[in-house]
Amino acid sequence: MVDRIAANATAYLLLARMWIRVSMSYRGSFVLLTVGQFLISGLDFVAVLIMFTNVDALGGFSLEEIAFLYGGSVLCLGFADLLLGNIERLGQRIRLGTLDAMMLRPVSVYVQICADEFALRRIGKVAQGALVFAWSVQALRINWTPARIAMVPYLLVFGTAIFLAIFTIGAAVQFWTAESTELANAFTYGGSTLAEFPMTIYPREAVKALTFVLPITFVNWYPSLFILDKPDPLHLPMGVQFAAPLAALVLCGIAAVVWRSGVRRYRSTGS
Amino acid sequence: MALITVDGVSRTFDVKKKVSRFRRTTITVQAVRELSFAIEAGEMVGYIGPNGAGKSTTIKMLTGILVPSAGTLRVAGHTPYAARTALARRIGVVFGQRTALWWDLPLQDSFELLRRIYRIPPSRYAANLATFTELLNLGDLLDIPVRQLSLGQRMRGDIAAALLHDPDVVYLDEPTIGLDIVSKSNLREFLRSTNRDRGVTVLLTTHDLDDIEQLCSRVMVIDFGRLIYDGPLEGLRALGESHRTLIVDLAEPSEPLRISGAETIRVEGPRQWLRFPAAASAAPLIAAVAAARPIADLAIVEPDIEDVIKQLYLRHSGP
Amino acid sequence: MRATVSLWSAVAFRSFRRYSTYRAATFAGIFTNCVFGIIISFTYLAVWRQNPTAGGYDATDAVTYVWLGQAMIMTVAVWSGGATDDLATRIRTGDVGIDLYRPVSLLGWYLVSDLGRSLYHLLTRGLAPTVVGALLFDLRFPSGVLTWVAFLLSVVLAVTVSFGIRMLVSASAFWLLDDAGVKNLAAVLAMFFSGLTVPLVLFPGWTRELATALPWASYLQVPADIWLGKHPGVDALSALGFQALWTVVLLLTCHVVLLRANHKVVVQGG
Repeated sequence: MVDRIAANATAYLLLARMWIRVSMSYRGSFVLLTVGQFLISGLDFVAVLIMFTNVDALGGFSLEEIAFLYGGSVLCLGFADLLLGNIERLGQRIRLGTLDAMMLRPVSVYVQICADEFALRRIGKVAQGALVFAWSVQALRINWTPARIAMVPYLLVFGTAIFLAIFTIGAAVQFWTAESTELANAFTYGGSTLAEFPMTIYPREAVKALTFVLPITFVNWYPSLFILDKPDPLHLPMGVQFAAPLAALVLCGIAAVVWRSGVRRYRSTGS
Repeated sequence: MALITVDGVSRTFDVKKKVSRFRRTTITVQAVRELSFAIEAGEMVGYIGPNGAGKSTTIKMLTGILVPSAGTLRVAGHTPYAARTALARRIGVVFGQRTALWWDLPLQDSFELLRRIYRIPPSRYAANLATFTELLNLGDLLDIPVRQLSLGQRMRGDIAAALLHDPDVVYLDEPTIGLDIVSKSNLREFLRSTNRDRGVTVLLTTHDLDDIEQLCSRVMVIDFGRLIYDGPLEGLRALGESHRTLIVDLAEPSEPLRISGAETIRVEGPRQWLRFPAAASAAPLIAAVAAARPIADLAIVEPDIEDVIKQLYLRHSGP
Repeated sequence: MRATVSLWSAVAFRSFRRYSTYRAATFAGIFTNCVFGIIISFTYLAVWRQNPTAGGYDATDAVTYVWLGQAMIMTVAVWSGGATDDLATRIRTGDVGIDLYRPVSLLGWYLVSDLGRSLYHLLTRGLAPTVVGALLFDLRFPSGVLTWVAFLLSVVLAVTVSFGIRMLVSASAFWLLDDAGVKNLAAVLAMFFSGLTVPLVLFPGWTRELATALPWASYLQVPADIWLGKHPGVDALSALGFQALWTVVLLLTCHVVLLRANHKVVVQGG
């Protein structure tokens, strides 16, 4: 089991490195595209800034606090997008027959699809999120206890894991629909956009759904509440607030099952 | 124990067809019916059949991409669909129309990537690469991105890629398609030596009957999902109601010869084409022609294998 | 004259038909529109709760604006897409040479195709999310027949202005090897200055004046304001006039650019 994971990880790094080398060979274009990603992502934050020329707070959160939420959300989605952003092209691969070529190699198909055409330029989005996050941290004067410091990598790791699982499930659906649809985007980019703002602006029922059904609130909301020392408006028990690892585990488990049955279906119907 | 055994393998597909504007029905298509054959290590077998006969379905099941609806398969000691990654190390596949190489990478980089993916020992890799580069004339192509290669160049690259990791079996799907005569001939020689010297078992799917004639001692013919012939190439010729042709150059132009046991199908000046059953001996026919008119020269043309195949398809037409 | 009309309607209809085959993508797109519509509605509601008259809108205006935005995304082809993508492809493959020899105006052909496409998108990804939005939220609808008429005219002009810009972007492929960079830039500018990321009315100070004078304001802000009754009566004419002005400017520019492109391809063989 462990050596299978190691073998897959090695294969992923191998393939990703090759694609990085290809994009680096067009250095100028790479820089332009990365800067472009940074700016495009940045416009979303400019929108927030413009909103704040009209108000001082949203849902009881100040600009700096919202920037903290925003940064966390963009970082998690950015990492996930970087690691397997091209997975959504599954439908296209099935149609073109490239999936078959992958199935003939002694490497996990999932790893190959995730690493295929690895786009290092997506780091532009990650950088933008990091910048906003860093700015908010220095502007907020947080009371950094060891627990709060630990919460930052906690947020990033489990938040990214949740988005990775959603990307995977959204792509696996294409084993059945055989078309590249935007469906997954509603959940990934939609989820991230949602998470850029405090949950206090959404109706309580929606927030409950986003906790127990589609666990977006575990990405950055609950960790941020803890770090920023703000009360939970839903007054959920403490245990739930720290259940991000559990949520990530469950969602990743679901993603694995859906993916596997997708592959099985592909091999049983040949289309 | 044969390297490849296929036993009673069937495969059906459910295809949705539009009946009216809003309704669709599902029809069941039988792509492969109770296919059974065995291939020993070291054989080079031709696999022919009309389009839609079930050739690619067979290959997909043998490589583990598709699960059969019924029957069993074993390749190199594995059940393909159950042991995909384990089997992948022991096989190589070349698709005629699509490439297994990475489109944007130079050929050399694709090979390097494959070396790591298949975990080929460095010495083995270096040796194989050197051999293939020489025999397939890849020297100038190694630095060129695959997308800039012509069809023939890409094909050669794909074949090298398929053999790099010393597989036990290689499945070639239309490898000579689109190649010019010289390239075809070179490729055939390469395949011949690979099979002979390295002992690689080859299953060759093709529409080019010259490929079969030049390379395969054994032919399997599939039509409508059923194997209608499996045996030596010579046997195939004998099978059809096929004909041989006697081309005779008479000393002088003459009206069409009338010889019993033959049919004069064409006349051009002094030259006449006489068709007679392939199974029959040509000797009595030649004697009869010589008795009728003085002969300047003659030649005998063997049955067109295309003819043979066509006959076979017609005879077995329909599921 | 009749022949021309029937030709153009055939082109438009064919384009409509072509886009109507992407059924699964349309449904998925409508779903995405609704999801984002809901999320952004709550965001704007929060903003207007804090500042009930921000930008001269009230909360109902703001939420209606959100759903109009979602409806216009595909209709106006904010990001790109539409008939002009075909042109870019044909330039890259060289097929455009054939087009330039045809006795039909290239510009007219693509414009009419795009209008056909936009009608399909208006009826599907325009209408459906609006219905959903109306069911979930309290939306404001146009008050009189004249307002509806003015709105529809505004939408047509919005598509035309968008076409003009997209056409220029595609035409850049005649000179640049890779139009991906220009396309990206254009998409970003369109997203932002059309008011899709945040309504132009919220822009502070002089940036608001600048943004509302740019062509992208025609995409969403102008039609939305007509719908919301911000340009009652005769005022609507000046709004439409703004869009018409940009239409003329952009189409003229396209015409000139295509002439030069024609020259480049036909004379230089480039």
